[in-house]
Amino acid sequence: MSEREKLIEIKDLQVSFGTGRHKFVAVDHVNIDIYKGETFSLVGESGSGKTTIGRAITRINPVTGGEILFKGQRISGKISKELDQEVIRKCQMIFQDPMASLNERAKVDYIVSEGLINFHLYKDEDDRKRKVESILREVGLLPEFASRFPHEFSGGQRQRIGIARALIMEPEFVVADEPISALDVSIRAQVLNLLNRLRKSRGLTYLFIAHDLSVVRFISDRIGVIHKGRIVELAEAEELFLHPLHPYTKALLSAVPIPDPELEKKKELLIYDPSIHDYSTDQPIWEEILPGHFIYGNQRELDQYRREIEGK
Amino acid sequence: MSKEPILSAKDIEIQFSLRGKTLKAIRRCSLDLYEGETLAIVGESGSGKSVFTKSFLGMLDANGKITGGSIMYGGVDIAQYKTEKQWMTIRGKKISMVMQDPMTSLNPLKKIGKQIQESIELNQGLKGEAARKEAIEMLKKVGIPDAERRANQYPHEFSGGMRQRVVIAIAVACRPQILICDEPTTALDVTIQAQILNLIRDLQHELGMTVIYITHDLGVVANVADRVAVMYAGQIVEYGQVNEIFYNPWHPYTWALLSSLPQLGIKGEELPTIDGTPPNLFQEVKGDAFAPRNKQALAIDFEEEPPFFSVSPTHSAKTWYLDPRAPKVEQPKTIRLLREKMGHEEVTGQ
Repeated sequence: MSEREKLIEIKDLQVSFGTGRHKFVAVDHVNIDIYKGETFSLVGESGSGKTTIGRAITRINPVTGGEILFKGQRISGKISKELDQEVIRKCQMIFQDPMASLNERAKVDYIVSEGLINFHLYKDEDDRKRKVESILREVGLLPEFASRFPHEFSGGQRQRIGIARALIMEPEFVVADEPISALDVSIRAQVLNLLNRLRKSRGLTYLFIAHDLSVVRFISDRIGVIHKGRIVELAEAEELFLHPLHPYTKALLSAVPIPDPELEKKKELLIYDPSIHDYSTDQPIWEEILPGHFIYGNQRELDQYRREIEGK
Repeated sequence: MSKEPILSAKDIEIQFSLRGKTLKAIRRCSLDLYEGETLAIVGESGSGKSVFTKSFLGMLDANGKITGGSIMYGGVDIAQYKTEKQWMTIRGKKISMVMQDPMTSLNPLKKIGKQIQESIELNQGLKGEAARKEAIEMLKKVGIPDAERRANQYPHEFSGGMRQRVVIAIAVACRPQILICDEPTTALDVTIQAQILNLIRDLQHELGMTVIYITHDLGVVANVADRVAVMYAGQIVEYGQVNEIFYNPWHPYTWALLSSLPQLGIKGEELPTIDGTPPNLFQEVKGDAFAPRNKQALAIDFEEEPPFFSVSPTHSAKTWYLDPRAPKVEQPKTIRLLREKMGHEEVTGQ
């Protein structure tokens, strides 16, 4: 694993909002490496800070502590204007709600090519048109859709427009923030397939943000579980599903409904109680407990997790 | 299932008039509901699952009306009800509903306690202090701690999960016989969702209710349902016991729904998708409504609407595949694998 190229390195990231008495730490000491070509997923409930991490990478939210590296270069905090422009181009975002994320008054042609226009990434009008046309085809839409308005499309098609808008910039890294949770069941599979296909054909790297663990298993290589701004467990997707260690991960997994009545009726719902952690004297650390399997806990808990691994 | 149904909808047709055109939202849909069971209705958006169940409460929009069929409930055909006054004898008292979004279904200007009290006063005839006591009792019942104090708060002081508990409290305050839950957990986090599903189940046992779930999440269905009805384009296309629908479905639409689930997908392979769009219900649908999207459709699917064929005494599907004259069609791989595949894995979280 270690010889793989790290595309994004997040080191001790902290993001907080407000100051003084109103200060709220949304993301606290987060360490993640995202390798080139992989799909890394962040899972957690609403308010856990998963979206904030995605937005910190794309420079939408300023970072208050730690740093973010993109291909070994620092992209958080104050950076040169050229680098800023490059980050905006190379790190794109796909949003959750396709009903809210498209400009209702602009035609698809403009929505998709807005990035190109801002960065003058085309030679002439013909070149721009050609680019829009080819990207629309690539995401499974027809080129003549360019002259239509967003309201003429269904949810799935609108999400494709959102994907086209991100990909026309030829990014290397895409933050997909709950791209399928607002879609109908029958459309979800199509959009997931499209994202997977594009990752292969364009060599993209994804940060996939979701609250539904079951969807994430299918698409991710590695998964990080985040709770109240802290990553509590991080492992390869299958490893995390088969051998979850942290009580929060276990609770989250037990809450996910499985589309199988026999299993679902046998399942026991676990409730996570954060007060079981006593961090008053024994400070917790971020430890690689098995190769590639990280967990957050203090020495006593880590010992307990190790016993659990041996018991398996 | 030899019991008498407590509610029996037969050949229901519902039309909406939109800009001078008629939309047939429900096309001859029948459903029997048995006492004490949990029935889940699944289907994609626009399949008519909400509209169908709203007609049991007389809650259709002003431009929609029941144009055919009957809904027998308590010996009366409630499809014939015309006035609000008639509906008020049923709505909230006998049949009540939990809506999808707890953020919009409460009045932001009224205290929580008052909103529950309102429903109690209206439907149980209790007044003032007695109704208030009952409201606080309901809040305790739905698992809201410190109910006395919370009753004096406004909806914005409650989290999403807590608000949904309040909405449930209002719905069950009058001990309805039938509770209709329209996507009760779609707007909630998974951990909260599991708690709300458990709450509804506990209340159902305690109050002896019959519950209809409307959802598109097949995971939720597997969790809660005794029976499942699958809806497509304004019709129920398959119904049966929950195990029959998951392990031995026969309608191609049920196959497609199950196989496209990411939870059942095989990593590295493409998920099977449902291509195309549902039929336009402004026009008359010919044959099997799902045929244009079904890659294995038979010639007759485009010509004639299939009747229900029974697979078992409790399980029927509306597809020509089950006709003895039809060529043999195999269930897709995902369905056949479902039982074995899920069986091999550890139950997650344990």
